[in-house]
Amino acid sequence: MDFSAINPALLLASLLVAATPILIAGIGELVVERAGVLNLGVEGMMITGAVTGFIVTIETGSPFLGFLAACAGGAALSFLFAVLTQLALANQVASGLALTLFGLGLSSLMGQGYVGLKPPASPKLDLPLISDIPFFGTVLFSHDAVVYFGFALVACVWATLKFTRVGLVLRAVGENHDAAHALGYKVVRMRILAILFGGACAGLGGAYISLIRVPQWTEGMTAGAGWIALALVVFASWKPWRVLLGAWLFGGVTVLQLNLQAAGFAIPVEYLSMSPYIITIVVLVIMSADKSRAPASLGRPFHASS
Amino acid sequence: MKFTKLLATAAVALGMATTAMAQDKTKVGFVYVGPVGDGGWTYEHDQARKAVVEEFGDKVETVYVESVPEGADAERVMSQMALQGADLIFTTSFGYMDPTINVAKKFPDVKFEHATGYKRADNVSTYSARFYEGRAIQGTIAGHMTDSNIVGYIGSFPIPEVIRGINSAFIHARKVNPDVEFKIVWAYTWFDPAKEADAAKVLIEQGADVIMQHTDSTAPLAAAEAAGDIIGFGQASDMAEFKDGPRVSSIIDDWAPYYIDRVKAVMDGTWESKDTWDGIGPGMVGIGEITDRVPADVKAEALALKEKIASGEYHPFTGPINKQDGSVWLEEGDVADDGTLLGMDFYVEGIEGKIPE
Repeated sequence: MDFSAINPALLLASLLVAATPILIAGIGELVVERAGVLNLGVEGMMITGAVTGFIVTIETGSPFLGFLAACAGGAALSFLFAVLTQLALANQVASGLALTLFGLGLSSLMGQGYVGLKPPASPKLDLPLISDIPFFGTVLFSHDAVVYFGFALVACVWATLKFTRVGLVLRAVGENHDAAHALGYKVVRMRILAILFGGACAGLGGAYISLIRVPQWTEGMTAGAGWIALALVVFASWKPWRVLLGAWLFGGVTVLQLNLQAAGFAIPVEYLSMSPYIITIVVLVIMSADKSRAPASLGRPFHASS
Repeated sequence: MKFTKLLATAAVALGMATTAMAQDKTKVGFVYVGPVGDGGWTYEHDQARKAVVEEFGDKVETVYVESVPEGADAERVMSQMALQGADLIFTTSFGYMDPTINVAKKFPDVKFEHATGYKRADNVSTYSARFYEGRAIQGTIAGHMTDSNIVGYIGSFPIPEVIRGINSAFIHARKVNPDVEFKIVWAYTWFDPAKEADAAKVLIEQGADVIMQHTDSTAPLAAAEAAGDIIGFGQASDMAEFKDGPRVSSIIDDWAPYYIDRVKAVMDGTWESKDTWDGIGPGMVGIGEITDRVPADVKAEALALKEKIASGEYHPFTGPINKQDGSVWLEEGDVADDGTLLGMDFYVEGIEGKIPE
């Protein structure tokens, strides 16, 4: 047992990295669900984003374009879901699951020629001076831009949902689409936009795995991150800051348990290994003991004739 | 009237033709634990499947299912393959052991081949490779190459095969470097690139400058490359794309000769249940090119060890070796028997930490 081997600054820094993919995908899904749509295809959109981001980065040499393409890729796949569920009124659960399967297959097809290639490194946003501050510099100010973007995204989504008119309309659509429709709001249009936003976020989260966290392309490389993001939204009771907390908890405990193992800490490994799931769920369930609940129209199809 | 009759005849003829064809062809199924593009374990099994197709051409039809979870789902996949007329099914992960035995009971006429397990039946063979022989060579290189004297090891599941690899690598690293220590992290997955990369990063942060992995993807090598000045090894496959980076050598699983042999046995009707466990000598375990990052004398030593293992002159588990608790396992000059190796559930002396149960 050797605790001195664990560097708390590096630990906290890698926490932020491990949390970012599920945070971004989760916050996207939160918006979708707040609009009353249940999209279970997060995993499929993430992996599609991972591969499109990777391909574009390799071809253009620019991680920035890669991330943009990942957003576009995720959004394009989610558009399929939007057409199916919003226009054709297909079952959302089935369509979402199909989207995951489709995304996994499509991505492995697209990625055929890209296995084993190395993407150019994404520049770190090394802020002069403040990244040299001991401890805080390493933890907070020496990351790539996407980490900060993820944080800003949570803040934006929170503020938009809470303070703006468009946020209010989105929530109205999610709570009671008939009432929102009666008031003249475009339910279907709002939902399609929310779905596209969710797809773009999932794609970005996926690309973060293939371009920064690993970084390489391997088939099936998101390995369930999309499902964790989905669960996170539910356990966070559809509140943006709790998604952030949950993602940090999950990422943090994941990294911490690996660190404890490597340092030879005397807790049985099987407990350490399941700890990220348990701790995240327990904390978020306790927090959701207040009156928060799912958006009332979540998963219900809407047609203006009904 | 005439037209319908014609159609009906055509349909019957077509039907007969397909049945005839189905009888001609030997149908071989493969159940994979990861995607064929993992660049490691499953990739090599699929290369061997392709070799089977190349060898037998039209006489064989292969089907495979990727990313099948170890457990009840695997049984469903195997049953489906058997129902679709597979004559021979390769199940290529340790966790398929009980599902394979269960399904084999239901389909006595179908032959099964289970990789890395130890349960057999009249229609179930087992086969594995002596990966620990390759680990001995990696351990030798790792012991020489480490400056921090810390070798990071990413384990998948605490099963005998993985523990054997850790022990073999450790024994040989210690032989050339008495100060070397192993830090072991269990990922509890065969394939999860993000988690494997995280594990590699953690080990590097804690001072490891050599990373060994017993998981299937190339993610640990990618993480090692990103961290700079770290070396690692290809696992299950050559992982040659990291040659100009961290990868200094590799263990390559070559299943093709075995698969061809077994498919042929089914065709000839000579297939029998047996247990195969081959190493470097017969060619089931290959050692990938040792790159120039390794000094010439270390490379020569590693290759000499490879020759000695291949010829059977040297066994990687040759005494004196003590168990972790200090009790004697092998006396001076004794060689481990296969039974103990197959059920290995202990670390050798010098490794710190406990094996998860």
